[in-house]
Parts: sequence; C-alpha cells; structure tokens
Amino acid sequence: MSETQRLPEKTKPVFGPPVITATDLTARFGTNTLFRHVSFEVKRGEVFVILGGSGCGKSTLLKLMIGLVPPAEGKVDILDTDIWATEGAARLDLLKRIGVMWQQGAMFGSQTLLENVEMPLAEHTTLPAEARREVARAKLGLVGLSAAADQLPSEISGGMLKRAGIARALALDPPILFLDEPSAGLDPITSAGLDALIRDLSRSLGTTFVVVTHELASILAIGDRCIMLDKEAKGMIAEGDPRELRDHGTHPTVRAFFLREAL
Amino acid sequence: MTLREADGARILALSGRVDTMAAAALWTKLMAEARKPGPPLVLDLAEVEAVDTTGATLLLTAQGATEGARIEGASPGVVAVLDRVRDALAAPRPKTVPYRFSPLSGVGRRVVNALRNAVDWLAFLGEVLVVALGTLIRPWRLRGRELLRHLDEAGTRAFGLATLLGALLGVILAFQSAIPLRQFGAEIFVPSLVGISLLRELGPLMAGVVLAGRTGSAYAAELGTMSVNEEVAALRIMGIDPMALLVLPRVLAGMLVMPVLSLVLTLAGLAGMALIMRILGFQMTTVAQQLINFVSLKDLLGGLFKAAVFGLAIAIIGCRAGLGAGRGPRAVGDAATAAVVGGIVAIVLLDGAFAVLFERLGL
Repeated sequence: MSETQRLPEKTKPVFGPPVITATDLTARFGTNTLFRHVSFEVKRGEVFVILGGSGCGKSTLLKLMIGLVPPAEGKVDILDTDIWATEGAARLDLLKRIGVMWQQGAMFGSQTLLENVEMPLAEHTTLPAEARREVARAKLGLVGLSAAADQLPSEISGGMLKRAGIARALALDPPILFLDEPSAGLDPITSAGLDALIRDLSRSLGTTFVVVTHELASILAIGDRCIMLDKEAKGMIAEGDPRELRDHGTHPTVRAFFLREAL
Repeated sequence: MTLREADGARILALSGRVDTMAAAALWTKLMAEARKPGPPLVLDLAEVEAVDTTGATLLLTAQGATEGARIEGASPGVVAVLDRVRDALAAPRPKTVPYRFSPLSGVGRRVVNALRNAVDWLAFLGEVLVVALGTLIRPWRLRGRELLRHLDEAGTRAFGLATLLGALLGVILAFQSAIPLRQFGAEIFVPSLVGISLLRELGPLMAGVVLAGRTGSAYAAELGTMSVNEEVAALRIMGIDPMALLVLPRVLAGMLVMPVLSLVLTLAGLAGMALIMRILGFQMTTVAQQLINFVSLKDLLGGLFKAAVFGLAIAIIGCRAGLGAGRGPRAVGDAATAAVVGGIVAIVLLDGAFAVLFERLGL
C-alpha cells in the first residue's frame, strides 16, 4: 500500500473538536478487501468529503460510519460514542443525532413529501400535529421544495428526490448529516444549487457534513477537507484540503483525479 | 421563557438553545401566548445561544400569528438561521384543490377507463397472437433457454406443492364423501366420485390456483420491475420485440406446464383417495376397478385441455399486469396482486364456460 499523502491543515478556527473519529477501519466482503487501515477525524462544522473512483468503497465507508455495515476491523466514534458498541436506547439516541441522505432519496413511496419529512418528527418529538406540519414545510422550503409538499415521490424528478432526502435528513436538525452522492446524476444548475444549500446549512446552522461524491466541481465547491480512497491501493491515498490536493497532490491517482486525466 | 410588559408591549424573553426538543416543549404555550389579544408581542432573543431550523420555525410562526409582533436582540448566528427559515416559509405552497363531489363524472370516468382498458387488453392479446403466429414461421425467434427456464420455474419447482395439495385434497374428498355415502351402503362409489371430480374439475382448478399464486405473480413482479427500470423500453429501442423475448416464453411455459401440473395434482389426489379407501377396508383392485368403470379417457383429456387453457390465461394475465405496471414502488406490488386476482377469477369464469360448453357438446 502506498503512503497516504497528508497535506498540512490550513488553519480554519471555525471548526470545533472532532465529532467523528474513524480508527483503522477495514472493510471486507468475503475474501475481498475493499480498503484497510483507514483513519481520519471529522471536525464539528466542516464539510468533509470522501472521494475516489467507482468501486473504491466510498459508499461502504459511509455505511460503516452510520452503523449499517460492521467493519471487519477498527472502530468509528460518533459524538464520542462507538456506534458499534452501543445498543438500545443509547444507540437510538445517537441515531437521532445523525441524518442520512440516501443516493436515490429513499423517500417512502406511499407518503407525500410532507408526510415523509413529518415522520421522524412524529416518532421522536412531542411537537403537536399543526407544529409538525409547519416544521416539515419549513424543511421542504429550505431545500426549495415547498410547492411539491403534497406530491408523491413517484411524481417528482431525481434531483427533487435528492433534495427531499436532505429535507427528511434535516427533520430533527441533527448535528451531523451524511450525504451519499448528492450531486450524481443531476444537471449542473441543480447540482450547484445543492452545493450552495450544503454550504449555507453548514455555515448558518453549524451542521457537520460528511459527503460521499466523485463530482469534481462539487468537491471543490463545498469540501473543507477530504480523504481519497483508491481501489488499487485498497485504502486511503490522500487527505487534506481538496484545492490544495488539486494544486500540490503528488500521488498519480490524486493528480489524475483532480486534473481529469486518464491513468 | 419569561413574560413581562413594558413600553406598551408584551416582551417574551427566551434563553438557552431553542432546538427541536425545546421547540416541542414550548410550542403550545408560546403559540397560545402569541394568539392572545393585547399589546404587540416582542420576542426577546438576547439570551438565546442558538436556534435550529425547528426552533426558528416556532419563533417565526409565533411572530406571524399576531399583528405587529417582532423579534429582537438575536445574535448574528441566530439571525442567519432565522433568515434562512423565513425564506423557506415564505416560499409559495402548493394550491389545495377543493374536493368536489361529482358522482356523474365519476361514473363516466370509470366507464371511459374500463373501455380504454378493454381496448388495451385487446391490443395486448392481438400482439401475443401475432408474435405467436410469427414464431411459427420463424421458430428461431423463440429462445429455447428462456422457455426451459420458465418450464422449470413454473413446472418442476411446483411439483412438490401440487403433490401435497393433491394428496390432501384426495384424502379430504374421500373422507367427506364416504360419510354420507355410507348411510346408503354406497361407499364403493367413493373412487368414482373423487376420480371424476379430480380429473374434470378440481385437478385443473387447483393447479390453476397454484400457477396463479406462484407463477402469475412472479411474472407480474419480474416484468413489472423490468418496466419500472425501463428495461422493456430499452429492448424496444434496441429493436428487440419484448413480446417475443419476454412474453412468449412465459405464456408458452404456462400453457405447457399446466396439464402436467394438473396431472401430478390429480394423481396425488387419487393416491390420497386410495389410501383412505384402504383404511376403510377396501381392496386396491376394487378401487382400481371402480375407477376404470366410471372414469373415461374423455374426462382426463377434457381436464388436461382445460388446464392448458387455464395456464394460457394465467400467463397472459400475469405478463400483461407486469408490462402495464405504473411508476413508483407500489406499482410492482399492485401488478402482482392484479395477476393473482385476475388469474383466479379468469380460471373460475373459464371453468364455468367450459362446463356449459362440454354439456352442450355432450362431452
């Protein structure tokens, strides 16, 4: 495995202490190792990007972090809690403090967008019904979907589904949001709108974002810090500010990625 | 939350974090306060450390509830969130279309939909027929491997279920008919009764139920998923006829497999009946002789022919339900339900039609 290039961190005092600490993570499916010994920290309030080519294990790393797929080795601490060591009420409490936007939105097909966003509020808060509706409308408004509140997921476009997914992930105002490929398959305008939304939410609400993506424009627009996984190296090959990596990256894959060159 | 009155205004001072949990606890109280008539409301946020979007929604909704209410003293961070949420709440909302009760147009819509559906059905049947006839001329269009796969899935894999159902059906029929027949000393006629009902009616009918439940639904779900994933559209665009590739092997498999399934079920039923007769003290030869005397080849062939027609109907209904599946996650489930319900209703209706037809033809 090649050495991970770690660029010196630019001083950005706005970011707080680490909210996610991944230590020595290894993912394996059967005998196939996807990546090994991946360690990093995500600080409060930053937009942290996990990038890499197709099949390098980006989405799997995300699933490890949210407790959906167990790591073969290593551990993940979210808000000082090991997600794989908690159970019952403590785990539920932790899950309430993270939000996930799935790649295809994963909105429930039998409910309108408004009902989809209301669901976590009804389940986990004591807000009265009228308040829930108003709050859900506000979340849909935040992602620009007010007018589609009464529509079913099957009636809206892919980009709208992704934005609705963010609105639902925001329902409980979690301090950490995980986004799986938010801009994949979107037109540049919608994609840029989504990037602006992520930046705004991170700035005005101090929400921490963990974003899995391979959209170069999006990485450079929103990423405060990133790590890059590589299929060949079966692990992490770079860590740092994406703009710095673009300009000073030394690993051939990192350079090829940022300069959009074939290897 | 504290309330005081000063300078002709009600000043509501909040402190700490106004987050989702705080908003849930405060909502009813704050809204009640906001809606009270009296001097204008001032929400004093000087002591508020942070708000989240839910907290901001509460504050802005409370502000909007009374004339002249205002928010004061918020820190820049809080103002940023409030501004964002204010824009979000101000965005145009969907127009609610009032429900109008109009039974006449409802009936009309149903009739038009039913007619459209009938036309679609006719077109689908026509397409199946054209493809089937076309395949007679160009038999290489039929993919043998696909046909074999469907024969295996619809047929050999259903043999276990058909055997079990058949045997149990034979046992139950023999037992139930033996009780009244014993009163007349006519138990000896149980084999002929059970034999004729199984061969002519129950064998094909029960095999049809098995096929509709196992295979009709699978056809609908599989083709429905393909439609939803635009695989069917992709086939059409590549110049490959989905009817020939997807529908024909399935329909053919349904038609070919049903007589075999019906036969397996009938034989298992006869074995079950024979077992009961043995328990009741009859010799196997007597049972066999009774069957030979009363059951003719006509009964068997009539039953198998019916089974083939049932298989054809179930497979066509399953494929049509799948290819006609709408969009969204419920579409595939709806298609599977339509396939099973449609299949079972169709075989019962066809069975009725066959009963009249066979009677008229003296079969």
